[in-house]
Amino acid sequence: MYKIKRENLSALFQLIAEKQELYLPIKVAEQVNFAPWIQECVVDLDTLKSVKSPKDIFFPQSENLYTVTQKNKKYTIKQEELQKQNFVVFGMKACDVQGVKVLDQVFLVKPIDTFYAARREHGTIVAMACNEPEESCFCKVFSVDCANPLADVAVWMVEDEMYWKAVTEKGEKLTEQVKELLNQTSDAEQSKLETLKENIHNIVEKLPYMNLSLEGWDGNATEKKFDSPLWDELYKPCLACGTCTFVCPTCQCYDIKDYDTGKGIQRYRCWDSCMYSDFTMMAHGNNRTSQMQRFRQRFMHKLVYYPANNNGMYSCVGCGRCVDKCPASLNIVKVIKAFHKEEDNK
Amino acid sequence: MQELVNRAKELLADGTVTRVLGWKSGDLAYNPEPAYFETAEELDNFVYNGFCGANLSKYMIKASKLEGKTLVFLKPCDTYSFNQLIKEHRVDREKTYIIGIGCKGKLDIEKIKKMGIKGIETISGINTEDDTEVLTIQTVYGEKTCKYSDAMFERCHVCKGKEHKIHDELIGESKDTKDKERFEEIEKIEAMSPEEKFAFFQNELSKCIRCNACRNVCPACSCLKCVFDSNKFDSQQKANVDSFEEKMFHIIRAFHVAGRCTDCGECSRVCPQGIPLHLFNRKFIKDINEFYGDFQAGEDAETNGPLTSFTFEDVEPSVVSERG
Repeated sequence: MYKIKRENLSALFQLIAEKQELYLPIKVAEQVNFAPWIQECVVDLDTLKSVKSPKDIFFPQSENLYTVTQKNKKYTIKQEELQKQNFVVFGMKACDVQGVKVLDQVFLVKPIDTFYAARREHGTIVAMACNEPEESCFCKVFSVDCANPLADVAVWMVEDEMYWKAVTEKGEKLTEQVKELLNQTSDAEQSKLETLKENIHNIVEKLPYMNLSLEGWDGNATEKKFDSPLWDELYKPCLACGTCTFVCPTCQCYDIKDYDTGKGIQRYRCWDSCMYSDFTMMAHGNNRTSQMQRFRQRFMHKLVYYPANNNGMYSCVGCGRCVDKCPASLNIVKVIKAFHKEEDNK
Repeated sequence: MQELVNRAKELLADGTVTRVLGWKSGDLAYNPEPAYFETAEELDNFVYNGFCGANLSKYMIKASKLEGKTLVFLKPCDTYSFNQLIKEHRVDREKTYIIGIGCKGKLDIEKIKKMGIKGIETISGINTEDDTEVLTIQTVYGEKTCKYSDAMFERCHVCKGKEHKIHDELIGESKDTKDKERFEEIEKIEAMSPEEKFAFFQNELSKCIRCNACRNVCPACSCLKCVFDSNKFDSQQKANVDSFEEKMFHIIRAFHVAGRCTDCGECSRVCPQGIPLHLFNRKFIKDINEFYGDFQAGEDAETNGPLTSFTFEDVEPSVVSERG
């Protein structure tokens, strides 16, 4: 394991950025989101959660797929180029890394999404432990350990130093690139890290959502949950905005549309939200005609349909962004709890 | 708060109302949610405190379509929105029983978190009747305190006043929370050069994720089908594209609600990216005041707004265009 002083981090970022694009949590107008590093940006590794999850580095909110141009009755189709350059995402949290694994199950199975696959292939993830998890966090519920982020490289802030451990081959390569700035850690420092992890685990136990039970939520729960009258109550305050889906690290639904360029079309895809009225709209109409149905879809997908198709893996990682950001203070935790309460009363 | 619950129970029991629209307690110290109550038992979960920022007038659009009368609790600023919605025939006054409730400013959990307060377990001092200026916050990282007013939404610092503009009855006292001039921020922006203005708004709007929370929470955005959602027009726009957010979506929305926006501040409250969206609307309000004389949307439910009534004294378009 290696270490680097906090004051040398900007040199580290500069060195990484010289060789490839580097994404970091960056503060713009008081808010932290992942963005490409540039010399004059404000890097913020202290804010626990970026507003948006970093999923858009691998799965952008909007991207062109191909362009069709018309000239003299001839059409030319040009596919958008796939990611060819390596890049590094620095400072993802354990929950966000798990979020990428959820996306992998969707985009890397046949038919493989080549745009996503190219970005995954060329991206190296440096994940950072959460020293001070918050009350809206519930990663432990999904077996995510915020003290032990599993990615290509794992890093921990220990006092004024960052400890650095390569986990995968990609991580080893990145470590080689920046070795001149890293020092070996001593045995004493190893034990310091163990103490830090222990502290984090102690805090996790004190947080209100961390021991939430998922009993009753699995791939076989469709019949039991789908027709519950509870949905009719739960959805009511929902404003039908897309905040929960757009800050979520695992929501993966998208729409494909054509933009009329005047000389042809640009076919693009963009994130869609099951909260929206035209979600999965087809020629015959829409298969979910009420907000209750749309609301139900989001939670059933994360806690029932996805696990049914992915060996029990949930498509929620407990990052708590929906808890933090819903304008009506609704969220997945309240839904899970409401069902427990109802089932207890039966 | 108990007074509100008792009164709601009475009105349900004597059949005056079929349901109650208020807030129910959340599962964290700061996340109560808008809720409907139809029985006395359900009302045991009713809550009203500093975190009940949601403007329930918007919910009355849907509630007006339900069978029977709805009791709704409105804060002074929410009543402006309700009046405006009556004017636009979006809510049914006859099917609404309004209890105007006291307010001492509403709390923004984001502001509290920005002070570095996290791992929150409980917050005391949030109730309207609490006689304290300080919030005491228990966290897993120790006890913290902060001034109530430092945690208030911007809109409360420029509060329009303690008076409820429409109500059937009133319960509770309000507090003066205004300590800033409403147009101060606007004047600062007006003083910028065009380049600085553009850079300011570009910086803010670059954060927009097109989640539509600002639109969906807005009482003035009451179109049955928004032009940006309708697949019958080319105006449908779902993709997040910087140039669109910066030059179209928010600007068009601001124009559309001009003269009708009461400055309730819900857009800025719900923005997940903390974009001060109220600045657009407030600029329009300031301009309307300057061109047509002082006008407050939602002051009453009858007066025609300056943009929907013509007079010979109206400002000529050339004045506006010359001024820039």
